Amino acid sequence: MTSVTVAPPPRHYLNVAYTATSWLLTTDHKRIGILYLLSITFFFVIGGVAATLVRLELMTPEGDLLKAETYNKLFTIHGVTMVFFFLIPSIPAVLGNFLVPLMIGARDLAFPKLNLASWYLFIIGGTFTVWATVAGGVDTGWTFYTPYSSTYSNTHVMATAVGIFITGFSSILTGLNIIVTTHKMRAPGLTWFRLPLFIWSIYATSLIMVLATPVLAITLFLVAVERLAGVGVFDPKLGGDPLLFQHLFWFYSHPAVYIMILPGMGVVSELVACFTRQRPFGYAFIGFSSFAIAVFGFLVWGHHMFVSGQSVYAGMVFSILSYLVAIPSAVKVFNWTATLYKGSVSFYTPMLYALGFIGLFTVGGMTGMFLAALAVDVHVHDTYFVVAHFHYIMVGGMVMAYLGGIHFWWPKITGRLYPEGWARFSAILIFVGFNLTFFPQFVLGYLGMPRRYHVYPDEFQVLNVMSSAGASILAVGYLFPLTYLIWSLRYGPIAPANPWGATGLEWQTTSPPPTYNFDQTPVVTQEAYSYELGDAEGRPPEEIGRE
Amino acid sequence: MNDLANPLAHQFDDLDQQRDAAELGMWVFLATEVLFFGGLFLAYAVYRGQYGEAFAAASHHLDSWLGAANTLVLLTSSLTMALAVHAAQTGQRGLLVGLLLATLLLGAVFLGVKLYEYHHKYEEQLVPLFGLPFHYEGSARSQAMMFFTLYFIMTGVHALHMVIGIGVLGTLVVLAWRDGLLAERYIPVHLTGLYWHFVDIVWVFLFPFLYLVGTR
Repeated sequence: MTSVTVAPPPRHYLNVAYTATSWLLTTDHKRIGILYLLSITFFFVIGGVAATLVRLELMTPEGDLLKAETYNKLFTIHGVTMVFFFLIPSIPAVLGNFLVPLMIGARDLAFPKLNLASWYLFIIGGTFTVWATVAGGVDTGWTFYTPYSSTYSNTHVMATAVGIFITGFSSILTGLNIIVTTHKMRAPGLTWFRLPLFIWSIYATSLIMVLATPVLAITLFLVAVERLAGVGVFDPKLGGDPLLFQHLFWFYSHPAVYIMILPGMGVVSELVACFTRQRPFGYAFIGFSSFAIAVFGFLVWGHHMFVSGQSVYAGMVFSILSYLVAIPSAVKVFNWTATLYKGSVSFYTPMLYALGFIGLFTVGGMTGMFLAALAVDVHVHDTYFVVAHFHYIMVGGMVMAYLGGIHFWWPKITGRLYPEGWARFSAILIFVGFNLTFFPQFVLGYLGMPRRYHVYPDEFQVLNVMSSAGASILAVGYLFPLTYLIWSLRYGPIAPANPWGATGLEWQTTSPPPTYNFDQTPVVTQEAYSYELGDAEGRPPEEIGRE
Repeated sequence: MNDLANPLAHQFDDLDQQRDAAELGMWVFLATEVLFFGGLFLAYAVYRGQYGEAFAAASHHLDSWLGAANTLVLLTSSLTMALAVHAAQTGQRGLLVGLLLATLLLGAVFLGVKLYEYHHKYEEQLVPLFGLPFHYEGSARSQAMMFFTLYFIMTGVHALHMVIGIGVLGTLVVLAWRDGLLAERYIPVHLTGLYWHFVDIVWVFLFPFLYLVGTR
């Protein structure tokens, strides 16, 4: 990324210095966002390689490629890296870091040094986890259920737990920074109800990050103490209660699911508004539904333990509360859809991702309702139905939104335009590959194929081959953006300040922005989405395009 | 110390905004700490509920007088800390250095007493960690083990927070000595004060939960 070359005249955050230390010791939120972008792409590749091997093994019913132990390690590495080192930092730490100060008209986040420190914590935590992987792996699954993780597993549980513990603090510090920045750093005139919806959602995400992550930290700490000091906080042999671990773990990890979707919803709100040239329908409802999801998200963790021996009455309460999450989620989906109505819709790449998000998230959310039903969950618990469900949310939802956001803000981040034709082609390829990979898994799960086994009965083979074939298409789909985005750094056309004719504050400064973002602190006199007024140059909506 | 000339960081418009941001940041951090300790208190509540009698019996092996004395020490340190914040705001350098040192020393006394208690438990063979011999006379041995496990983890995590606080106080003493923390530069003292009071409050809960279980 340091090799970006742009015509000399305007000084911006990329060409202000080129040395390694100017990157590694930077306190510029935009550069730290790029450090995160590079780091999480690295972890995405690791998680992707593990997923590839898992899908290859599942091409045949027999365990002919991998041993059971290796398979266990691979799906654990896939889960751990994708959840903790890709999805959770993806939009908050890359786009959040880059965009929050720009969108609110600030020079930087409230605590720039803390921001850099959080990236270093991320790297240190990641190093532990990579080391654990290289040194022999870990086989507990990303959920670390006790007493297997605390007593019986002979793999590198400690190093992985330490890695996630440290990375958790990176996530806490990012959330803290965003909360304080949103409260205290907004430009004059930028009231809460003039904020872009991305800020609402990233703020709600940050609340979850700071309130849930510490619970994961103490839980992993207890697992580590249990392994290290030989005590039995979660070990039934020593009077401990394994279910307590599951309560503590899911008290973090269920809200963490919303860390992995809320920012995507924020991105989609921006994309839908820009590519329909409309103010989002029901702005306040979309904003508050982010908070509702964050709050409800803290009250539903018990739906992961319907079959773990939890009291049936607790199960009923958790089931009802889980249904409640559907309300704010549906509010968003209906509002995005209503925004399309009578909008001037254009199908640039980011919009393709946004539309993909809306459909796939809806499928993922609806199947979540199946799982929240006590009786149905007994049937599909720990089957591929669950795997398909959460991949529709995390990949179909969050990764789509992340890619949509990266494409949308790429001109602002790098000062270059990406090749639209290739980008549209790969967006469609990813959509097709994704559905072919994961839709058969709903069927597999409903027919009773359990997750986390490397062998399965012969009758499941056709659906598994379909899934693996889809995964190969998906992999190719991901390689395209990786290639043409890097290509565009050198050969892409120079981006104007506002290639989309969008209305946010981030589009009012140059592309890429100067180090302190704005030459003068902007004064805000209207809300974020004044598309009915045309764009900054006064062009009417239908004339606004990229070319 | 390089920013002695200008205490305002580039991203802020004025000192008020900078102070508000720092203060809110500290409160958010303390909220994360509440959740961090919350996990431990939940574990304690679960096992206390399941093993109430065994916890009461095991609790009698702790010296509640030492615990009470330590509570007094820590609450006094909160007083000196609060006075230190006032001294910083009003620009009294000598008083500030003295009060920060007093807070630091009281914290050290607390940790000394804690270490003595740990050592005493070791001699009584009541440390269920690292495969050390665990010699317990009562009926419910494994339940008492759980009590002592939680005792060591909870007070240990608390003590770790005390050590960090003492480290920060040491840094503040040096800065205060060099005139770095007076008047509009008092924010670091104020934030450390918030942290220190939080750590004290955790102990205010730990003391009755661990030392005063059941009737004596």
